[in-house]
Amino acid sequence: MRRFSWFNATSLTLGFAFLYVPMIILIIYSFNASKLVTVWAGFSTKWYGELMQNEAFLDAAWVTIKVAVVSSSIATVLGTMAAIVLVRAGRFHGRTLFSGMIYAPLVMPEVITGLSLLLLFIGIGMDRGIVTITLAHATFSMCYVSVVVSSRLISFDRSLEEAALDLGCSQFEAFRLVTLPIIAPAVISGWLLAFTLSLDDLVIASFTSGPSATTLPIKIYSAVRLGVSPEINALSTIMIAIVTVGVITASLVSKRNAVNRQREEQAAARMT
Amino acid sequence: MRRFFLIAIPYAWLTLLFLVPFFIVLKIALSDYALSIPPYTPQLDIGGGWMALKNFFAALDFENFIFLTTDDLYWKAYLSSLKIATISTLFTLAVGYPIAYAMAQAPDEWRPTLMMLVILPFWTSFLIRVYAWMGILSKEGFLNQFLLWTGIISEPLTIINTNTAVYIGIVYTYLPFMILPIYAALEKLDASLLEAAEDLGCSRFQAFWLVTIPLSKNGIIAGSFLVFIPALGEFVIPSLLGGSKTLMIGKILWEEFFSNRDWPVASAVAVVLLLILIIPIVLFQRNQQKQAEAEQ
Repeated sequence: MRRFSWFNATSLTLGFAFLYVPMIILIIYSFNASKLVTVWAGFSTKWYGELMQNEAFLDAAWVTIKVAVVSSSIATVLGTMAAIVLVRAGRFHGRTLFSGMIYAPLVMPEVITGLSLLLLFIGIGMDRGIVTITLAHATFSMCYVSVVVSSRLISFDRSLEEAALDLGCSQFEAFRLVTLPIIAPAVISGWLLAFTLSLDDLVIASFTSGPSATTLPIKIYSAVRLGVSPEINALSTIMIAIVTVGVITASLVSKRNAVNRQREEQAAARMT
Repeated sequence: MRRFFLIAIPYAWLTLLFLVPFFIVLKIALSDYALSIPPYTPQLDIGGGWMALKNFFAALDFENFIFLTTDDLYWKAYLSSLKIATISTLFTLAVGYPIAYAMAQAPDEWRPTLMMLVILPFWTSFLIRVYAWMGILSKEGFLNQFLLWTGIISEPLTIINTNTAVYIGIVYTYLPFMILPIYAALEKLDASLLEAAEDLGCSRFQAFWLVTIPLSKNGIIAGSFLVFIPALGEFVIPSLLGGSKTLMIGKILWEEFFSNRDWPVASAVAVVLLLILIIPIVLFQRNQQKQAEAEQ
């Protein structure tokens, strides 16, 4: 291996500073006692207290979580089905259109997706609210799920499934007992991706929500348009903390699973 | 039978909630603005039979598209979006390439941690990451305070509400999309090729320019499209960090729809934006396909 040069060390340090310093500053100022975000007036957790009293934010957070759980679950089922179709179904009528509809939403500007769904909901006379946001989120995140799951399915060894069929499994049993456990990590990360996409989305939710349902990003957006506020810093800090804990836990779990699998494989190799 | 449902369910879902909405946008782009609910005319009356359908198509015209070409605002916004997306893609490449390069050179045991540090911001809310810069770039913000304190400047800089703030916002939020594909390409690079180049008399810089850059070309192309395509239709960044002079088409579409309530013009803006995007999207797909074939 080549020596790790000063140039490389510098670009890593500066690069990660650029990525993380803004968020660290944001977190520090959430503990500021002053209402003015730019003046440091001592340590305080009062903005967290005020946040917990703020009914509007709590309601919006609740709506957001409900939408995210339901839409990512729908997206996972539909996206996994779509991935199986893409990888396994072979040729069928309209295949090109199908794969086009899977990949197009990934690169579509959100303003266009939002606008088109809104016009659809109005066209069929559907009241805008929590249901329409959920439908919209399920639609664009199923495409992400199917990309994640199909990349796992491509590398899947089909002979395992054939062995299960030879041993007397029905096709559905073979899927449930062999295929599903193997692609499960991809399905789970697909669900997590869909969940975070739904939690984050401002643009599509703004188009498809009505007066009855406001999500957290919509609430945050309308608050920050007026300027920086310590309460939003506190809210952001909580969200950053949840994501950080989640990502680190997920990576530790997957690392431990990999280690376990390796150990099992070694044990199996010794036995034979 | 099972295969039929497996195909039919996601197919029907996407057709209803992705394809059909698209044709509705196209249809409304060809309609006229009206003071009614919904605010456009003609509206298709399916119960009206053949004559209603004929009248409906007769009333469609390209008026909104012609309007887009006559009003300066729109084509200026398209050009300005293209300019902002191009320049910020180049900046993202300039910032992202050295990071990806250093990651690929880093010791093996660092790599999972470095990867996680790049991916972590991607899982963090986009809105929050843009918001973080509002506090930093404002007139009394962190950056100005810091620069005044060090004595580099004597007057606070005006960065927020300018295009500069938009560039910073795009580079910051899309940086992981640039780093990851370049890193993937550089990681596969065989170090012995560089040694061979140096043995044959290349300087280190020449070896980098003649070997490393061409071999990471696919990563550079993929990363650039992954930044350019979403940046072109970006709404949140110009709306929070840009000023009233920042013209970006995503923002115009939003305002046309929510403030002016001119749905036909908003739809026409969307159709034209899509036409502009088709070229980079097709180029991107072709690059991805070529890469997939090369790997097989």
